Amino acid sequence: MHAETARYASEALHYVVWVPGLPLLASVITLLFGRRYIRDKAHWLPCLAVFGSFLLSLKVLWAVIHGTWANFDLFTWMAASGIKVGVGFQIDPLSAMMLAMVTSLSFLIHVYSIGYMADDPGYYRFFSYISLFTFSMLMLVSANNFLQLYFGWEAVGLCSYLLIGFWYEKKSAADAAKKAFIVNRFGDFGFALGVFLVFVFFGSLYYQDVFARVHEIAHARLNLLGHSVAVPTLIALLLFCGALGKSAQFPLHVWLPDAMEGPTPVSALIHAATMVTAGVFMVARCHSIFELSPVAMAVVAAAGTITCFMAATIAPTQFDIKRVIAYSTLSQLGYMFMACGVGAFAAGMFHLFTHAYFKALLFLGAGSVIHIMHHAPDPNDMRYMGGLRRYMPITYWTFLIASLSISGIPGFAGFFSKDEILASAFFSAYPWGRWVWFVGTFVAFLTAFYSFRVVFMAFHGEFRGREVLHGKEPHESPWVMTIPLMLIAIGAVFSGWVGIPEVLGGSNHFARFMAPVLGHPEVHVPEGMAFSEKTLEFLLMSISVLAGLLGIGLAWLVYIKKPSLQTLLPRRVPHFYRYLYRKWYWDEIYYYLIVRPTLWVAETFVGLIVDTFVIEGTVNGLPATVRVVGSGLRRFQSGVVQYYALFIAFGALALFILLHYYF
Amino acid sequence: MPFSLLNFKALAPEIFLVLVASFMVLFDRAIRAKDFFFWTALLGTLVAWWLCRTSLGISFGESYTADHYGFFLKTIFLLSLFLSILISPVYARRRGFHFGEYYGLLYFAVCGMMLMASGTDLLLIYIGLELMSLSIYVLVAVDWRDPRGLEGGLKYFLLGSLASAFLILGLAIIYGRTGTLFLARIHQHLSVDPAVLAGIAFFLVALGFKVAMVPFHMWAPDAYEGAPTPVTAFMSVAAKAAGFAALGRIFLLAFASAHPMWIKLLVPFAVLTMFVGNILAVVQTNIKRMLAYSSVAHAGYILLGIAAGTREGLSAVLLYLFIYAFMNIGAFGIVTLLQREGGVGESIYDYQGLARLYPFPALLMLLFMFSLTGIPPTAGFMGKFYLFRSVVHAGHPWLAVLAVLASVIAAYPYLRIVMFMYMREPEREIQPASSLSLWAALGISALGVLVIGLYPGSLLHAVMGSVF
Repeated sequence: MHAETARYASEALHYVVWVPGLPLLASVITLLFGRRYIRDKAHWLPCLAVFGSFLLSLKVLWAVIHGTWANFDLFTWMAASGIKVGVGFQIDPLSAMMLAMVTSLSFLIHVYSIGYMADDPGYYRFFSYISLFTFSMLMLVSANNFLQLYFGWEAVGLCSYLLIGFWYEKKSAADAAKKAFIVNRFGDFGFALGVFLVFVFFGSLYYQDVFARVHEIAHARLNLLGHSVAVPTLIALLLFCGALGKSAQFPLHVWLPDAMEGPTPVSALIHAATMVTAGVFMVARCHSIFELSPVAMAVVAAAGTITCFMAATIAPTQFDIKRVIAYSTLSQLGYMFMACGVGAFAAGMFHLFTHAYFKALLFLGAGSVIHIMHHAPDPNDMRYMGGLRRYMPITYWTFLIASLSISGIPGFAGFFSKDEILASAFFSAYPWGRWVWFVGTFVAFLTAFYSFRVVFMAFHGEFRGREVLHGKEPHESPWVMTIPLMLIAIGAVFSGWVGIPEVLGGSNHFARFMAPVLGHPEVHVPEGMAFSEKTLEFLLMSISVLAGLLGIGLAWLVYIKKPSLQTLLPRRVPHFYRYLYRKWYWDEIYYYLIVRPTLWVAETFVGLIVDTFVIEGTVNGLPATVRVVGSGLRRFQSGVVQYYALFIAFGALALFILLHYYF
Repeated sequence: MPFSLLNFKALAPEIFLVLVASFMVLFDRAIRAKDFFFWTALLGTLVAWWLCRTSLGISFGESYTADHYGFFLKTIFLLSLFLSILISPVYARRRGFHFGEYYGLLYFAVCGMMLMASGTDLLLIYIGLELMSLSIYVLVAVDWRDPRGLEGGLKYFLLGSLASAFLILGLAIIYGRTGTLFLARIHQHLSVDPAVLAGIAFFLVALGFKVAMVPFHMWAPDAYEGAPTPVTAFMSVAAKAAGFAALGRIFLLAFASAHPMWIKLLVPFAVLTMFVGNILAVVQTNIKRMLAYSSVAHAGYILLGIAAGTREGLSAVLLYLFIYAFMNIGAFGIVTLLQREGGVGESIYDYQGLARLYPFPALLMLLFMFSLTGIPPTAGFMGKFYLFRSVVHAGHPWLAVLAVLASVIAAYPYLRIVMFMYMREPEREIQPASSLSLWAALGISALGVLVIGLYPGSLLHAVMGSVF
């Protein structure tokens, strides 16, 4: 079950440093010299740097496949009594896979952005930020200790904030950035506490030390406010708080749909393929802690299942193309956590891997559509689209591939990974496995439905946006955008082929590759059945494929064959429809439960202090009080030298009074 | 260590500095190309450092000890001298005081500091302190056309004389009670009685004045604001370090046995210094004044390291002073870069939108401000971390808590500058001065802040070996 620590070499693969190093350099140079000197050539350096990282990642992956793992410290940052932290890299199948995935997508999305972001006044800023993000994400996945993981965790959050609010003149974008940042504070607070507890109980922050000795805490208990709490549960749940925020799982899911205010390449890279999956990665990395606590596993499974279902019910009611895909991301992330929650970490990582490609492709395809619709009042609104497949065939076909993949149609990447999850859930030794399987299969149907709803609304039928585009004909996007689409489409089909299950005649290379790090899930095969396990697995597979086909069929019926059905739900059950359309009212609930009370406290108390005592109403909170004291003290600093001398005398006097008092 | 009554080799760096300084003062009129003095001063600094390295030893009986402690502090003085010389020409030329005497005075001041750092005789320490102080009084007012400089210099001089009087008084009392001025012998003969404690209190006033301890700090904002910015940079780092050099030697060597008493005197003032410095920094709108109060607050942190009274505390003090040289001179370097006649570029509002206009200076300023705040991975974090840790290890966790609270207040004035630079629209455009040497100083400072923040290892090692 545990990583074979002996396999880690400390002197191999040192060039992996350049994988995050190159994007960092490119980012800094672009930021410093972009505005004045590089300007419209700002894309060259980041693109080349990330391409270099990609090639190096492939080299790393190749080495890892051939059995060379590495774990080394680049340097020790701080070695004080008991604490030792450094910048270090742990390269094993898990991190090597992530490196290759992140760099390949980041590179293609960098290229895509050349077209998408062309003529934007913040062109250089965009490339600098997105390279910085790539650096942060690579640091996160290649870390060999919790502190670096935390650093990467916060750094990707910062980049996400900067990029969601990239068009900061737009109020909605600035608000969305703030929302993402603040919601993540809640999760990260727990995460930081979790890391702190890891240090308290293991005395080290290095993965290798912690995971090797993880059994020492298996039965440890901690008195928390009078309750005895199992330590593994506490640590796992605190760490999972971070995952809830970063991966936008219920109940911290509210920021992700709003994050779509950022430029579409950002949505594809950060809010679909990489950053939001960091939570899944972290849970998989720390799986030996999570496995010690059935409670934590149940929470992970529950959060995943709830998010998966909830998001899949909201997605079909939205008209903003990016929001639909955002909810689909929430739902798919839910699948990954469901896999983790039944102990099938490799299956979760597999879905993370395939999802990265097909979801990035969906976003980039949507971006391609938005790019040509940008004269419309709301370029994201699908009600103005339609029939686009005639005008933009490449976008259409690649989008279709991604949709087939996410719907779990056999042969496409999403099919293999989703099926792996559902099968693992069904055969899981955890008692909630069957529930997870049931919800997962139902959501597979919903997924296919809302995905093809987008395909049919945007690309089929008649083009409905002539008026808003003032008669302009839509056209295909430039080649810098379509070539990345086609390349990612390859990934959306074939990335699943590395994990073809045994029942279909494959040998599930992916799970075997990950097994030394992530282990195998505990399997519980039901006894006394009429047919063999293989047949059962095949049957399950057929059910989920059928669910997907059913979803596609329903979408076809509603959006192509009988459009009058579209208004059925709003007409018949308006309250229920409204409930879904308003996203289960979570934004409203948070507004009344958290935002309003916080603002009330802030305005009542801080406002009182600021308005009453301070001349400049521009500051708030503690600084305001400090200012009051400060301006009082400033009166003594009058500039008259005699006073200063007097103060020295007073000071000396005070010393003597102290002397007298003490001795 | 070679020992002899008149071991001139141990004094080689001081002798060298005095010779070069005299040369620069004497030949000021004769040499028209003033850049010559700049280059002489710059190279002389390196030579002086090399001499410090090669001439460890004891001289003049026990009066003068060039040990590793002294060497580390001399490195700090010479480093701040080097950086201050680099940022000087652009400012001095504009204001018309770019001449040999200026560099000569800087040299004399450093010579005084070195005597303070290596002096193991109270009288020698006093002489060093006077040499340093007199040079700096003049340096503050060296731009004689600027009334603010004259005012600051005069105030500093008047109050400094008062502080000197306290020092002499303390010195007399200690001599009277122990019959010696050598620190090591004072340590042997010290018996704690009220008179000795009074003497210690007088030393605390005088040296507290030099390091800008509250309430003896009031000269600092006026002098810092009035002085030419390169001089401010120099005195805020080097003169402070010299004060701490003497404080460390006297209190941890001569008065070591009275540590349980003087810690009770020192701690309230140290805490007061941290809080008053930081709180007053919040309300400043002039960047030089803001940095002056911040420098008061930093003195408060460093005093905690002295108060710890341990070798670890003293080594943390040395580390902090070394780091402080980079980050504070770096910040004043940016001020020099943007400063113009008539107070332009001195208001913190002049930093609004700097990032949009000049991203590179803004980025450096961000780095220095982060470091002064103590945000990892900058050097300032390391300095604070080891300082506060030594306080905890010395058994005063609540002092560390207070220090952290004070640092939280400090975040406001520093991060406000960052906020102005990155989140406000520029009000007026200030063209940064173009000076290669200034940029070199900024580059070295930034590099220092980053490298120490990321690779503190070898420096920590050096610091541990530099405590007596």
